[in-house]
Amino acid sequence: MIRAEGIYKSFGDQQVLEDIHINFEAGKTNLIIGRSGAGKTVLLKILVGLYPPTSGKVWYSDVDFTSLDKKSVRDIRMQVGMLFQGTALFDSMTVEENIRFPMDMFTNRSMKEKIDRVNYCLDRVDLSGVLDKYPSQLSGGMQKRVGIARAIVLKPKYLFCDEPNSGLDPKTSMVIDKLIHDITIENNITTIINTHDMNSVMEIGDNIALLHNGRLAWEGNKGEVLTSKNQVLQDFVFASPFLQKVRDLHA
Amino acid sequence: MYWRETMRQMNDIGIGSLIIVALISTFMGAVMAVQISYQLGGQFIPRYYVGYLVRDITIIELAPTITCLVLAGKVGSNMAAEIGGMRQKEHIDAMEIMGVNTSAFLVMPKILASVLVVPILVSLAAIVSIVGAYIAAVPTGLFTSAEYVQGIRVFLEPWNVFIMYVKAVVFGFILAAISCYQGYFVQGGSIELGKASTAAVVMSNIAILIADYLIAVLLTS
Ligand SMILES: Nc1ncnc2c1ncn2[C@@H]1O[C@H](COP(=O)(O)OP(=O)(O)OP(=O)(O)O)[C@@H](O)[C@H]1O
Ligand SMILES: [Mg+2]
Repeated sequence: MIRAEGIYKSFGDQQVLEDIHINFEAGKTNLIIGRSGAGKTVLLKILVGLYPPTSGKVWYSDVDFTSLDKKSVRDIRMQVGMLFQGTALFDSMTVEENIRFPMDMFTNRSMKEKIDRVNYCLDRVDLSGVLDKYPSQLSGGMQKRVGIARAIVLKPKYLFCDEPNSGLDPKTSMVIDKLIHDITIENNITTIINTHDMNSVMEIGDNIALLHNGRLAWEGNKGEVLTSKNQVLQDFVFASPFLQKVRDLHA
Repeated sequence: MYWRETMRQMNDIGIGSLIIVALISTFMGAVMAVQISYQLGGQFIPRYYVGYLVRDITIIELAPTITCLVLAGKVGSNMAAEIGGMRQKEHIDAMEIMGVNTSAFLVMPKILASVLVVPILVSLAAIVSIVGAYIAAVPTGLFTSAEYVQGIRVFLEPWNVFIMYVKAVVFGFILAAISCYQGYFVQGGSIELGKASTAAVVMSNIAILIADYLIAVLLTS
């Protein structure tokens, strides 16, 4: 479980996050949704400790993550997997080396075990025949999937995904969503996903937090999205005339 | 992992800079031979002194300093751009998340490689420069082969060679450390990356010149 407690963040005089309180549960896919620029990425980076919050605390189970020393932060980091919005694959390494990298750094498994694990992870994200390719030789969606494979290779306890299915076609997007959902439940992972994809929201939104202009505007789950009267949520979900029609028909 | 990266850096810095270092040192020696002969010409100073002067100026000052100023331009800007690019593409963040101590992982191999390889390049520069002087002056008759060889063999002070290596190690450390620092803390986009790369070169050069002076004062008094 991860808990954000009264998080504030500003860059210079721009206030990006204000008074964020959210509980992210283990074994659930916790979604952070919101329009572009709402502060989703900044919040995620605060949760993993890449940005210090201006004030507020982040708890990993009952450990106050924001006040840990470097060494303890690193111990927690070994249980963290993260997919970046821009994938952040190392472009001087092949796909295999990218996915193996966390294992090379932290385990003394044999090469065979490592390769097996790499193949297993690639299989789970539905990719094959790319071991020796470089990231620049893959399509954007394939890079995303390699990024996910790298994030789950060490069986993390905490998984962070910044827009895992932006740039993917609807079918692959669902495969990825389902994959993340499955491994979350299988391994009781605390998974936090940034997204503005409504399909994901409706498919895997166990817990949903809506950010609007840096504030928490709504919290709930996928079942409550359609029935909520929250205006910000309604504006966000039913942004397109098509979906508005669907809603009216549904009602 | 660290060792493999250090080897890669040593290869980049060393092999990658051989040609430019050789080229510059050849001309450095050649120009010195011509100009020192000119300055001493017509005076009652034995001509073999040219060889002696070329050798010592090369060893004490020009080989380490000129080589490292050039390397700061070539290697330093490269290091700043490489690390800065990784910062901007979130590679450093990704490594941090994986629990890697990125400052050590990215910077140490570069500093280590630089401190090991720069002295080798500087030795090479010194030898090539002394040969360059020979090539420029003997065929054109500024002094004879025998005079030059006599010159470069007299009054040889091991201490001067020691000074050269002290400078090489210190300058190698300076250029790698400053360049990595500039890259590691870069923000923004490609314009900032360009600026960081330039800053790496300028700051390294200034720091090298200041260190040059300090070492000169410390080790010759
Ligand atoms: N390093 C930074 N320095 C200054 N401002 C920043 C920085 N990172 C983000 N911001 C600002 O914070 C705000 C929120 O950005 P953020 O990246 O969190 O948006 P987002 O919700 O992830 O959007 P998107 O869906 O487009 O990825 C933006 O206004 C952005 O300009
Ligand atoms: Mg974002």
